[in-house]
Amino acid sequence: MTVFIIRRLMQSIAVMFVMSFLVFGGVNLVGDPTEIFLNDEATEEERQQTIRAMGLDKPWYIQYGKFIGNAVQGDLGKSFVYSEPALGIITERMPATFELALAALVLAVVFGIPLGVFAGLKPESGISKAVMAGSILGFSLPTFWVGLMFIMVFAVMLGWLPSTGRGETASLFGIEVSFLTFDGLTHLFLPALNLALFKISLVIRLARAGTREVVHQDYIKFARAKGLTTRRVIFVHLMKNIMIPVVTVLGLEFGGLIAFSVVTETVFAWPGMGKLIIDSIQTLDRPVIVAYLMIIVVVFVVINLIVDVLYSILDPRVRLQDVKA
Amino acid sequence: MHFRKTFAIAVSAAALTIASGAFAQTLNVGLGSEPTSIDPHYHNLGPNNQIAQHFFSRLIEQDHKQTHMPGLATSWKPINDTTWEFKLRQGVKFSDGSDFNADDVLFSMHRAGNHPNARASFGLYTKGKTFKKIDDFTVHVTTEKPYPLMPNDLSNIGIVSSNEKDKWEAEYNNGNSAHGTGPFNLVRWVKGEVLEMERNENYWGEKPHWKKIVIKPIKSAPSRLAALLAGDVDFIDNVPTVDVAKLKKNPAVQLSQGVSNRVIYLHMDQYRDDPQYVKTADGKPVTKNPLKDARVRKAMSMAISRDLIVERVMEGIAIPAGQLLPEGFFGLSSKLKVEKYDPEGAKKLLAEAGYPNGFQVTLHGPNDRYINDAKIVEAVAQMLTRVGIKTTPDTMPKSVFFTRAKNKGPSGPPEFNFLLVGWGSSTGESSSPLRSLLATYDKSKGWGSANRGLHSNPKMDAVLDKALAMVDDTKRAALLAEATEIAIGEDQGIIPLHYQVNTWAAKKGLVYKARSDERTVTYDVRPQ
Repeated sequence: MTVFIIRRLMQSIAVMFVMSFLVFGGVNLVGDPTEIFLNDEATEEERQQTIRAMGLDKPWYIQYGKFIGNAVQGDLGKSFVYSEPALGIITERMPATFELALAALVLAVVFGIPLGVFAGLKPESGISKAVMAGSILGFSLPTFWVGLMFIMVFAVMLGWLPSTGRGETASLFGIEVSFLTFDGLTHLFLPALNLALFKISLVIRLARAGTREVVHQDYIKFARAKGLTTRRVIFVHLMKNIMIPVVTVLGLEFGGLIAFSVVTETVFAWPGMGKLIIDSIQTLDRPVIVAYLMIIVVVFVVINLIVDVLYSILDPRVRLQDVKA
Repeated sequence: MHFRKTFAIAVSAAALTIASGAFAQTLNVGLGSEPTSIDPHYHNLGPNNQIAQHFFSRLIEQDHKQTHMPGLATSWKPINDTTWEFKLRQGVKFSDGSDFNADDVLFSMHRAGNHPNARASFGLYTKGKTFKKIDDFTVHVTTEKPYPLMPNDLSNIGIVSSNEKDKWEAEYNNGNSAHGTGPFNLVRWVKGEVLEMERNENYWGEKPHWKKIVIKPIKSAPSRLAALLAGDVDFIDNVPTVDVAKLKKNPAVQLSQGVSNRVIYLHMDQYRDDPQYVKTADGKPVTKNPLKDARVRKAMSMAISRDLIVERVMEGIAIPAGQLLPEGFFGLSSKLKVEKYDPEGAKKLLAEAGYPNGFQVTLHGPNDRYINDAKIVEAVAQMLTRVGIKTTPDTMPKSVFFTRAKNKGPSGPPEFNFLLVGWGSSTGESSSPLRSLLATYDKSKGWGSANRGLHSNPKMDAVLDKALAMVDDTKRAALLAEATEIAIGEDQGIIPLHYQVNTWAAKKGLVYKARSDERTVTYDVRPQ
């Protein structure tokens, strides 16, 4: 397993290198950042000074070489907008996004699995049909619209929950988190639910399909024949076997939750990374865009690794080993 | 039971005290844009300047109509042709406790023009000026030539403490060096999340009503509005035009609207003979550029119904434009009126200019920069097509648009031949747009930097030159009016469409005086 993990990490370095080249090349094709920053009344002299201050006076391959040289030492460049280290600006916002994504993941599991298993065990019941119909809505309604509807209903009309922002935070191991304060929790609920809606529907469908399949397997019949309680059959024998597809998909989707929570973060003015990337793209803040995408690559690599490790725990038939070419 | 009741009373009493005390003096604000730094000399940009104004007073302040008011200077006047004298306010303290004097002014002026990391420098307001300390509370500013715009320029520079030498934006952003003499002191700034400030109890001017102001960036307009309606914030800026009509009927909301110094207008290429985006009526490359003919430009102006744009595209929230700044500003022409919509006259004029069948052109514009910009481009294109100028609209994000519309003068004209842009006059008078949009491109003078059509008329340049050196206000106003009449009335160097109107919204009981410079100065929000 150690060999497997080391090999995985080596591969990810190669992925990151290729990624950095693609991203760096890509952002250099779009627009001229100095035009965004300069005042319309600026003179040529001021233009040149700004270009130098941003390090854009060199050709792109020298800029790229310099970037790689610094990146190896953990410096991903300075933001054009804030002239502060890009990495710092992103990590500053990371806790907010991770917290939102985790909360959404928890909601997806807490709502999705019980509803899905129920729908799988009693496919003909009215409740199951309602759940399945609801999951279609969860799939097909656009996030930004649902988010705005949540705000309209729960914040504006009913006044139960706050509309936007992150609320009060408390420090946990030096990281500011909002789920430890009541105010923070009320702020977290709507955006997390908004982000989770799609995932809940996904988990419902996966759990239902898994349950329908597993429930007819011999070992379930055998467990029943042995006289085990229904509870034990469902929670031990059935659950464990439907979890593999659920874990795989959730693992992959968690990366997506982190990387693409853009819409939810914008609608709820959640101060996370997704909002930052959109702002950075609009202002052509190249260092932040590049640094952000590099971090996302790392996040995906790590998540995939965790998923692989989880497999081997859930399913003893899966053994992690070095695949020889 | 008895205990519970007492407890409940105690709690509600406590809640009441909080509500009438601390909370009532806190203003929560939701803003559409965020500054890039607290440093007042880092980035000459609207969102930065509006926040800097809370912490850093200027020598001369601008009120909501951009009229000059005494700031850290109590009086200012030209003492000879090339020297201005500024008398400074005495007894003012910075938020770190140090005293304000002429050294701070000299330090700030130098810093503003020489910030090493500046993203858009304030140097354009300080260059060519020599600052001299006469005594602790008198400063002389000299220029080579007479310079009437001195007060306008210096009203853009925030004064920082000279104790903070070699401290740049990072030290300001974390609050360590952000010491000013403004009405508020910075408490904390968490980028993208919150900006908190506290009243400066030693402020030299009128004491602000609010003890604390909390600003949250809420970029998405519907969310910002929802936050106001839900009561999470008390005041927001940039209310979308589509929501205004409905909000006017909402008794819980108080709107404030005001015309801004920003004119939305069209540039036409008056330089190239082989414009890329202009074609003959049957789609062939042109041999001569129709846009160089003033009659064609005039016809295009006549073919556009400003009233229709304002009424339909802008939902009535804009003012049709006939020149560079709306009524009430300095240096306007009384003769120039909004162009009358006259499609028949436009067709006739086009025929007279030798284009009875019109021609083809592409109108480029941004789609995320000005209020409803892409829709305006489409409307204009349709109106021009109606008189025979077949116009294709093409809009794009501002990051791409402004790169392609970059103007480097005759050696590097913008890619586009016909484009929509806007201009807000930072000086609050008409020399700013005349100099930047219509004067002949001249790198050394800093003229025509945004003259994206490369319009040029030596006659107008001469009048403008005279105006910029005329210290007498009445005569200067007349000269600026004359220059505007030549550039727009005779030459139609650009086609003004409308002046932007901005809308702010507050919860019932609060009022805000709409500012013509589009800034949101949160401490100006007051109880009714």
